[in-house]
Order: sequence, then structure tokens, then C-alpha cells
Amino acid sequence: MIPVSCYLVLSGILFVCGLLGFLIKRNIITIFMSIELMLNGVNLSFVAFAAQWHALSGQVFVFFVMVVAAAEAAVGLAIIIAVYRTRETLNVDQVNLLKL
Amino acid sequence: MFHLILFLFFGAICVGGAVNLLAQSHPINSALSLIVVMGSLAAEYLLLGAEFLAAIQVIVYAGAIMVLFLITIMLLNAGKEERTKGSRVAILIGVPGVLIGGVLVTWTLLHRSDMPSVPIGALKGDPSDIARLLFHQFLLPFEVTSVLILIAIMGAVVLASRPEAIARRHYGDEAPEETRELVASGKDH
Repeated sequence: MIPVSCYLVLSGILFVCGLLGFLIKRNIITIFMSIELMLNGVNLSFVAFAAQWHALSGQVFVFFVMVVAAAEAAVGLAIIIAVYRTRETLNVDQVNLLKL
Repeated sequence: MFHLILFLFFGAICVGGAVNLLAQSHPINSALSLIVVMGSLAAEYLLLGAEFLAAIQVIVYAGAIMVLFLITIMLLNAGKEERTKGSRVAILIGVPGVLIGGVLVTWTLLHRSDMPSVPIGALKGDPSDIARLLFHQFLLPFEVTSVLILIAIMGAVVLASRPEAIARRHYGDEAPEETRELVASGKDH
């Protein structure tokens, strides 16, 4: 028996790591991976609360979050490829214009 | 006791992978440590009794999405990231702020005494129960996500395609110059 708050603390640590990566990383792909890390942290808290309340809908919500994350990854990586083609860089500090 | 040891073991791997993601400067190392995080999270889901989620965590997240990331990193030949002035400012302000927030959240959660404890495999519900819920109560969102996935696929194809390559495929190498320019400027689609 371990308290639900332990799982929530783990999910909070993962979210904080993702947030930190989002702030300090300069490579656009790593920033994108930090977003995935944050989504994973939130998923863990969904499952922990589902275990607390004995509710299955928490698991269904995690399923939907995963679907949206997959769609987001496909579109986001396509955008990254398009950005790299026009600017030849992955550094977000150098991508500061919407139009060339 | 055994439950606690398993939780701490996989939790430590999880946090270690997440910290390693931040510490590495090469994106491919970050992606590999993210796979470690997702794998150990799948183990945490198993501890909570969510077998279905553990399976799709490994298949969809650690499998499909991370392969997409790795292929993009290799395709773009991403090298080490360089430090800039903006990133130093972000480290100076961001690290303390986020750490304070994390400590506050942890402290609040650990001092809540009304949080119940869960035994190993606390979640009841095998994949058939989830499927029943998904295809009855959540049928409309489920169908909407299929549209979302379709749009995402089309968006990815359009965004990542090269207009010049499309023009060459449609008109061959002897396409008139103005046709190529028209296609390259994006007016064709």
C-alpha cells in the first residue's frame, strides 16, 4: 500500500522536468520532447486519480491524451522539418520571423 | 513493502531519465532518455493495475512517437545545441522559479493526510471494460479523434512535402518554367 500522493509527486516531478526543459533548451526538437514529458506526467496523475476513485474514465482520458499527443507529434515534426528547410537551423533563437 | 520498492525503483529510473533529458546537449541522447522515462512509466501503470495503458504506452509512445522523433533527428542531422544569451537568461530565471514551484507542489501533496493508499494493481478493469466505456459513453469523442488523426496525417504530408518534388512528379523534368514557379509558390494547392 502506498499513498496516491506518491504517484502525484512523481507526476509533478516529471511535469517540472518537462517545464524546465521547455524553458532552458534551445533545440526545437528537444523542446518538443519536453512537451511530451509534461504530457506523460499529466497522464500518470490521471491514472493515479483513477486508481483512487476506482473510475475507469481516467484511463479513457489517458487514451485520448495519447491520441492527441500522437497527432501533435506528427504535425509538429512536419512543421520542424519545414522550418529547417527554410532556415537551415534548429535553434529557436534564430527562428524569430514568421515569414522569410 | 515489495510494492514500495518497485515504485521507488521505477520512479528513480523515471526521474533519472527526465533529468538526463535536460542534462544532455545532443538531441539523440535526449530522445533515448525520454524512451527510458516512458518505459518506466509503463511499469508504474502496471503497478497501478492499468495493463491496457501500460501496453499502449509502450506501443504508441515509446514505439511510434519516439521513432518519429528519432527519424526526424537523424533526417535533419541535428547536432549539439549551442548556448545563446537567451538560454542563459532562461536558465537564470527559469531554474529557480520552476524548482520552487516543484518543491511547493511536492510539499503540499506530501502533507495532505487525507490521501488514501492504493494496493498493488488497485485499478479494476481489463481492456474489455475500457472498450465498453469507450464505445458507449465516449463514442462521440472516439469518432472525433479519428477525424483529428486524419487531419493530422494530411497536415503532416502537406507541411513536410516539397512543392518542387511534386511538380517534378506531375510534369516531369520538362515542365515549363512558369508551371514550376507556380507550384513552388504554393498556389497550386
